[in-house]
Amino acid sequence: MSGASGNPRAALTLSGIHANIDQYHILEGVDLVVPAGELTVLLGRNGAGKSTTLRTIMGLTTIKAGRVRFGDHDITGWPTPRIARAGIAFVPEHMGVFGQLTVRENLVLAAINGPMDEDRLAWLLDLFPPLKKFWDRPAGNLSGGQKQMLAIGRAVIEPRQLLLIDEPTKGLAPAIINDLADALEQLKAEKVSILLVEQNFNFSRRLGQSVAVMNDGRVVHTGSMAELATDDALQHRLLGLGLGAHQ
Amino acid sequence: MLSNLLSGDLPRSRRLTAALLAILLALAFGPFLFPGVRAFSMMGMICVFIILVASYDLMLGYTHIVSFAHTMFFGIGAYGVAMAVGTWGNSFGSVLLGMAGALLLTIVLALLLGLLSLRVKAIFFALVTLAVAFAFLSLVTQLYPVTGGEDGMRVRVPRELGPAFRPLEQSLWGFSLPDFCSALVSGSATAWDDALFQVRINGRTLMYYVAFGTALLVFLFLLRVVNSPFGKVLQAIRENEFRAQALGYNTVLYRTSVVILSACLACLAGVLFALINRYVNPENTLAFELMVFILLMCVMGGMGTLYGAVVGASLFLLAQNYLQDLLKLLVTQLPPDSGLANLVGPERWLLWFGLLFVLSVYFFPAGVVGQLRRWSARRQQNNPVVEVVAKPGSQTLSS
Repeated sequence: MSGASGNPRAALTLSGIHANIDQYHILEGVDLVVPAGELTVLLGRNGAGKSTTLRTIMGLTTIKAGRVRFGDHDITGWPTPRIARAGIAFVPEHMGVFGQLTVRENLVLAAINGPMDEDRLAWLLDLFPPLKKFWDRPAGNLSGGQKQMLAIGRAVIEPRQLLLIDEPTKGLAPAIINDLADALEQLKAEKVSILLVEQNFNFSRRLGQSVAVMNDGRVVHTGSMAELATDDALQHRLLGLGLGAHQ
Repeated sequence: MLSNLLSGDLPRSRRLTAALLAILLALAFGPFLFPGVRAFSMMGMICVFIILVASYDLMLGYTHIVSFAHTMFFGIGAYGVAMAVGTWGNSFGSVLLGMAGALLLTIVLALLLGLLSLRVKAIFFALVTLAVAFAFLSLVTQLYPVTGGEDGMRVRVPRELGPAFRPLEQSLWGFSLPDFCSALVSGSATAWDDALFQVRINGRTLMYYVAFGTALLVFLFLLRVVNSPFGKVLQAIRENEFRAQALGYNTVLYRTSVVILSACLACLAGVLFALINRYVNPENTLAFELMVFILLMCVMGGMGTLYGAVVGASLFLLAQNYLQDLLKLLVTQLPPDSGLANLVGPERWLLWFGLLFVLSVYFFPAGVVGQLRRWSARRQQNNPVVEVVAKPGSQTLSS
């Protein structure tokens, strides 16, 4: 398997990662390369180990074997805060905002290196206008889509080298998903490296440049998204469903 | 200016504002409004418990750390001063030395407990703190030559804080609110005159104001803490520790810091308790019952609000001190030997005290402060208001 992107520089490299959740062996030797400045989509059925892979990169799940390289650093076994401060932002599943804090407090909290940059804040609020509208409201009162915008906004309020985004479209209405895709397109244009875990194939197809497919705790395919999007037989073999079923 | 003083964390409810103002005025002018030793002693205890409960709320309400060792730190403060003045005499130097020693021991023990939370989480951490608190209680009870065992220790306060010290030769006039109200009810024509009483300013009055001033400063300081970036990280940890870590915060450092800060304030409350009560023993400083009372005050007032500590401590101590009197008054209004009169007999005050707590939890599930704020927020939502588009220019958490 090899990264099919044209960019030779890897933002993140996972080599033979094994990880357990309690007594269950979830990741069984994950090998994955996230090219720098590209959006890589991690696809797979439920229970394939996609979210665990992201949590393992963030140090939230203990690695039993294998190495994680982030740029020039071997971050295997680093504590989560150190990984975050090294430049990896994580947008967890289930719109992981701090519901009792306001939108403003959520963003200020995420600006760990000091006060928020005014220009970047303005850019972010242009990217996600609802955040401006509900600036001083508790994040718990936002709608699902707005919470997801806040979760992503929190991850990019300061420049990061790598974004890990876990199923951002889960439970969202199609119109909101479109808005979210537009915002991610803009982030992509900023040349931020993104690893996106997603079940919605249309959303993934629109955004992804490279793709990795997981099954039973392993990466079973890597390549370009363009290749997978046009190959129905490959989709059927890797994902078990034709393109129509993902819409 | 008021908003700045309260770190932008306003009561956000008219009724709560009124209640807090009433408590503030009652405590500020207490010695001139409520005559009698019992009222004076209770007001002193309210000041001490505001510090104790607010510091506990910082841990429980703002960070979700459940600890049963809070009374241990309270006891360390109280015994630290008692032992220091017992050994080196009743001077301010001894008090300060005792307080410094107690704070040092508190920091060491709180650091160990905080680091323990690295390995032991949630209910298991609570159980460990309970075991540590019981071990400390047992140690204090057993070390009779040093701590006086179950007999406890008398605290000889500096002369300037004792009843013999008279900073003013002449007495001042006070206006007794309870006497005035009862005179009004009984229709006395001289209600105003009946309510006037003389207040002799002595060292105990000074000590009361030291406790009041300290409680006020500690409360404002804690408001500043919980509304600072540090406080917001604590609230993020309360909601989801992993998410806070994923943002780059070393949550262990924050949890340990909050345990130490909270313990130091409990220790300070213990110092004030020893100086006001002038007698410490395991029962009034280290008992598990006291820990339960702190927890009740915190829950009744409203966890994670800080104002809840003020309301909870005031309501709880008022009920504890005056419920029996209220029941006595009620009994006189009922037919003698009736079933109801027996039920509300003053000897059954603990039953009513428990019932009051159950009712308060039932009607105020978020605590008094939390519920008042909810009602106020609901009223505001029901009133059609123009939606304010926020100004995202402000970046500070407290703005």
